[in-house]
Amino acid sequence: MLLTITTTRNPATDLGYLLHKHPAKVQTFPLTAGDVHVFYPEATAEKCTAALLLDLDPVRLTRKSGPGGNDFALEAYVNDRPYVASSFMSAAISQAYSSAMNGRCKDKPELVDVAFPLEVSLSVLPVNGGEPLLRSLFEPLGYEVDVQAFPLDTQYPEWGQSRYYQVTLKNTLPLWMLLSQLYVLIPVCDNDKHYFVGSHEIEKLMEKGRGWLEDHPANELIVRRYMKHLGPLTREALGLIMKDEATPEEVEEIPEPAEKIRLHDLRLQTVRDLLLEQQVSSVADLGCGEGKLLRLLTEKSVFTRILGMDVSYRSLEIAGEKLKLDRMTDRQRKRLELIQGSLLYKDKRLSGFDAATLVEVIEHLDPPRLAAMEKVVFEYARPSLVIITTVNAEYNIKYESLTAGTFRHSDHRFEWTRPEFEAWATEVAGRFGYTVTFRPLGEWDDAVGAPSQLALFTIDTA
Amino acid sequence: MARRNNLSHISIPELSLVLLVGPSGAGKSTFARKYFKPTEIISSDVCRGLISDDENNQAVSADAFELARFIAAKRLKNGLLTVIDATNVQSESRKDWIKLAREYHVLPVAIILNLPEEVCSKRNKTRPDRNFGGHVIPQQISQLKRNLRHLKEEGFRQVYELRSEEDVAMLETITRTPLYNNKREEHGPFDIIGDVHGCYDELCMLLEQLGYGIDREHAELISAPQTTNEDGYTRVRKPVFVGDLVDRGPASPQVLRLVMNMVGNGAALCVPGNHDAKLLKWLNGKQVQLKHGLEKTVEQLSAEPPEFLESIKTFIDGLISHYVLDDGKLVVAHAGLKENMQGRGSGAVREFCMYGETTGEIDEFGLPVRYNWALEYKGKAMVVYGHTPVPQAQWLNRTIDIDTGCVFGGSLTALRYPEKELVSVSALQQYAVPARPIGYNADSGLSVQQQYDGVLDIADFIGKKIVNTRYSHNITIREENSIAALEVMSRFAINPRWMIYLPPTMSPVETSSLPGLLEHPEGGLQYFRETGVEKVVCEEKHMGSRAIVVVCRNEDVARERFGVDGEGIGVAYTRTGRSFFADKGLEQAFLARMNAALESAGFYNDFQSDWVCLDCELMPWSAKAQALLQQQYAAVGTAAGQALPAVTAALEQAVRNNVPAQLLLEKYRSRQQQVTDYVAAYRQYCWPVHRLEDYKLAPFHIMATEGKTYFDKDHEWHMAHIRKICEAAPELLLATAYQVVQIGDPESELAAVQWWEKLTAAGGEGMVMKPYSFLTRDTRGLVQPAVKVRGKNYLRIIYGPEYDAPENLSRLRSRGLGAKRSLALREFALGLEGLERFVSKEPLQMVHQCVFGILALESEPVDPRL
Repeated sequence: MLLTITTTRNPATDLGYLLHKHPAKVQTFPLTAGDVHVFYPEATAEKCTAALLLDLDPVRLTRKSGPGGNDFALEAYVNDRPYVASSFMSAAISQAYSSAMNGRCKDKPELVDVAFPLEVSLSVLPVNGGEPLLRSLFEPLGYEVDVQAFPLDTQYPEWGQSRYYQVTLKNTLPLWMLLSQLYVLIPVCDNDKHYFVGSHEIEKLMEKGRGWLEDHPANELIVRRYMKHLGPLTREALGLIMKDEATPEEVEEIPEPAEKIRLHDLRLQTVRDLLLEQQVSSVADLGCGEGKLLRLLTEKSVFTRILGMDVSYRSLEIAGEKLKLDRMTDRQRKRLELIQGSLLYKDKRLSGFDAATLVEVIEHLDPPRLAAMEKVVFEYARPSLVIITTVNAEYNIKYESLTAGTFRHSDHRFEWTRPEFEAWATEVAGRFGYTVTFRPLGEWDDAVGAPSQLALFTIDTA
Repeated sequence: MARRNNLSHISIPELSLVLLVGPSGAGKSTFARKYFKPTEIISSDVCRGLISDDENNQAVSADAFELARFIAAKRLKNGLLTVIDATNVQSESRKDWIKLAREYHVLPVAIILNLPEEVCSKRNKTRPDRNFGGHVIPQQISQLKRNLRHLKEEGFRQVYELRSEEDVAMLETITRTPLYNNKREEHGPFDIIGDVHGCYDELCMLLEQLGYGIDREHAELISAPQTTNEDGYTRVRKPVFVGDLVDRGPASPQVLRLVMNMVGNGAALCVPGNHDAKLLKWLNGKQVQLKHGLEKTVEQLSAEPPEFLESIKTFIDGLISHYVLDDGKLVVAHAGLKENMQGRGSGAVREFCMYGETTGEIDEFGLPVRYNWALEYKGKAMVVYGHTPVPQAQWLNRTIDIDTGCVFGGSLTALRYPEKELVSVSALQQYAVPARPIGYNADSGLSVQQQYDGVLDIADFIGKKIVNTRYSHNITIREENSIAALEVMSRFAINPRWMIYLPPTMSPVETSSLPGLLEHPEGGLQYFRETGVEKVVCEEKHMGSRAIVVVCRNEDVARERFGVDGEGIGVAYTRTGRSFFADKGLEQAFLARMNAALESAGFYNDFQSDWVCLDCELMPWSAKAQALLQQQYAAVGTAAGQALPAVTAALEQAVRNNVPAQLLLEKYRSRQQQVTDYVAAYRQYCWPVHRLEDYKLAPFHIMATEGKTYFDKDHEWHMAHIRKICEAAPELLLATAYQVVQIGDPESELAAVQWWEKLTAAGGEGMVMKPYSFLTRDTRGLVQPAVKVRGKNYLRIIYGPEYDAPENLSRLRSRGLGAKRSLALREFALGLEGLERFVSKEPLQMVHQCVFGILALESEPVDPRL
């Protein structure tokens, strides 16, 4: 909430001219959700400190948590925004110090490009990625970085460190450049923005990044975070900044291991091939998520009736967008239906399909509720063919990042070994009059099998 | 042959499809308007107009008919008399309407306006819109006359023909007669008796056990028991027989004699069974095979005088397929009856009542496989029936089969209504051997209902739903809210069989205008004053999370009563239906302690129950919210705790250097204090939990035990009984501190305020104020069951650390409580409804509808700070 800039270049009060702010006054400027005050704790020829105090109004500041955000309902009211340097601080800089940041100085224009010894203090800066990230952002630009970290609660040291830092940066450079760099890098540290990010944001970045961002070794990360991880905007901005360099195709915060991407595609491909091989014409994909398998199925005209069911309405909306449901012709539209439903409730809409698929779905159900799913699928929906895939827990030791005993996904309620899955599936098949066969999914390892496993159930004809 | 009507009065069944038949110009529409309500009439002309703006547009006739049929179908589905105003002169067009009437099991009636051609033509000439050719009317009249004589054969139950303007003028009234099966005005109490099959001795024993006096020798009723109903009136009980009085057993004639006497005197009701119907056929000299026990009846009847046989004929012939009793709340039919057939009259209804439904398959015993219609029954009326012998009478979806196979050596069972008690006497001996073993197919320890409930039907929950609640109005669940609830239920909730209740949300008290405060007990006192509540209970608000705890005495009870197998003796779940404990072992250990406490406190014996559902607070809050405390509360505390001192230091320095920043400095000093208070407030909740002993449970309502709810008890009763349980396990259970406040007594009110001040000054969360009795109403309906008054510092973790700065508080005070309070009442009514349904053993879907509804309502957008 506080940004101070100090210089010791005599006469230090030149800082006042550069900032267009009189050292003897407290000046206040309005922001959308509060005020920003500028005052000088100290202003002598030897040393001058300008303080920018971000005074956010907590009542006006209602921060909506977006989709995928945390589900803490009170986040809008109990949050760190009033106390930290975030994109609000960038907005305050551009509001209070706009002339200085744009390199204009009415009274002493000769000072604009002079490199001043400057010391910046930020109270407090949230940094996603901690001290290493902070240093990787500022040190390549010539800053001497001094960082103080804080525990989450001094009474409970076992809770660990917070992501807030008291940061001091020292460098000798023109004031406009310092302000531009802070303007860009503060929200990058925080990894968030309080406003809607659109293509206008690219222009701002181009302008503020001029002369330093092109060659910054972390420029990819900076651009990505600055663009709030919006893929197309990030790619466009990176293209403009690194004109000659190749643009990476996929931009993700922590790139998924390539094999995982391939594994999921492989699963879906295998499931479709099996359905083709079994010559089914109607398929219900139970737990269709965002519709990846549905898209594969729609590509083949032998599937004349396709149903996608998921419990998440949001996922279905995304599936609808991805499959361009609203732009389909009537005939295409009749082939494909998306419904919200649940594997724990029997549902007449699921009857009458040749095949049902549950791709990586069962591990998201609490074990005591599997019994309901079994009845819903095998007793009530009762298709001739059921394909169920699930992860193979034995394979987990091959994932280095996965600590023993933890699951591959935070929503997994269980992960089964091959014998566990096979025992379950065999018992279910026997109870409901199906015959089941198994096959591995993904690259085979002699010791632990494949990363995923598939069970193919076919109904016994009397 | 149609009956010419030259009477002043005709009568038709109250639920019928009335076809007006006659050529254009016969005066059908005028006739319809005179005798029927406008909404009862569906005119083909009007339908033409609706879809083409031209009532005479013959080109749209097919669509117009479709529309008329659609409207008629909806009306008939709703049990409403419907009149079709169209020419209907061709038998093909009438055939469609007959088909529709059959589909909805209503009686088709034809009223023919067979007026002379001159009359019709003359009338049409006066209407400029009817300028069709002169050949039309003669053609219609000839079509009409061609089939007039065969209308009864077409399927009309009644046909009336009016041949002249005089006939029409003479008719004064059309009255509507109720169907014979309609006995809604009979409210009981009843004793509904299962298939007797000639077991006279057992029947007498059963009737005597039910309190009837029987002259066994003369087969006559001497006296009937009386019961005082809820309304305070004393009424004589009445037996209702589900049919199959005869065959297989030793004394069918005596059974008939007794039942005929009782029914003849109006002291009993009886519906026919398939065996009774077959006996009638035999008595009427029809060809029937003397088997399945009929041979015994025939033999027994050989000794009876012919007058008696004659009276049996009259008796059985006069039996009505089924009865709809007690305002439609009870239906009795021999083999049961689907909802869409209840109170209707058609051959199909009669057939269903006597034989039920079969799948068309033949089982290994060579008998038709019976389709259990009750599996899909979702009607409101209770259906009591027999026909299929079962080892035990069991409820399934508000239906019960009370044929417990007396003649096969089982027992003869009666259902007492409205008490829903089963009374039975064992067979004195086995008189016949069933072709198919009784109870064939029953294979698990679960009841029929529980097996059926294993998987709920999604159609009962998604989309817009309206739930009837006994303590409040009908509550509408909107589709978008159901969508949210389905996801929560499916992804996170516990087994729905455990989830018999969810607690309502709780509104805060009226916003305080006292300086520095957003909430204060005075707001609550004010609320209860306005609602006319005289006594209020203030309970300490615990610093935990709302928890519902269901405890069974053992796993057998969990299986028998909840249908839950292999999931322990109970459950502790949150207000959104999630399991409280991630660790199943810890949960069961916790419940085992509770169980021991209930046992040693004598609760199970005192309450004559093997289980209990308690509404509680489970502490500490951090048990559920550790991540939230660290990532949100502590994080904000750290950020503010580090930033604010830096700001005040800078401002102090500026002030020392004569910069006019004094006001800012003061503001930031007080912000710093607010943040310090905020940190202290959230730290109250940091109570590490590792072991069972780290938890504390504070129950505050005893919601339900076997067969009972406790909404009629006051909160002191709840507190007193809970205290007893808590004393049995003080290391785990916590009795809630409370005070009773007399509204209007200044001393008593002041004591409550002071108590709240004391609690919150010590870091407490505040208190909850409840009307003294659990369920309280004022003129507008239910009064809030509880309102919370939260402490000044606790509110920092809700409204933000600095909410009480004067400039913030003044804005925050404009909060509206209306939406929250309306939500609280709807959820309250749904919660109680769910429990009432559970204790009265309604199907799980009926209970789940209520909890699902609460979860759905919880997705309504309401300020989360309230």
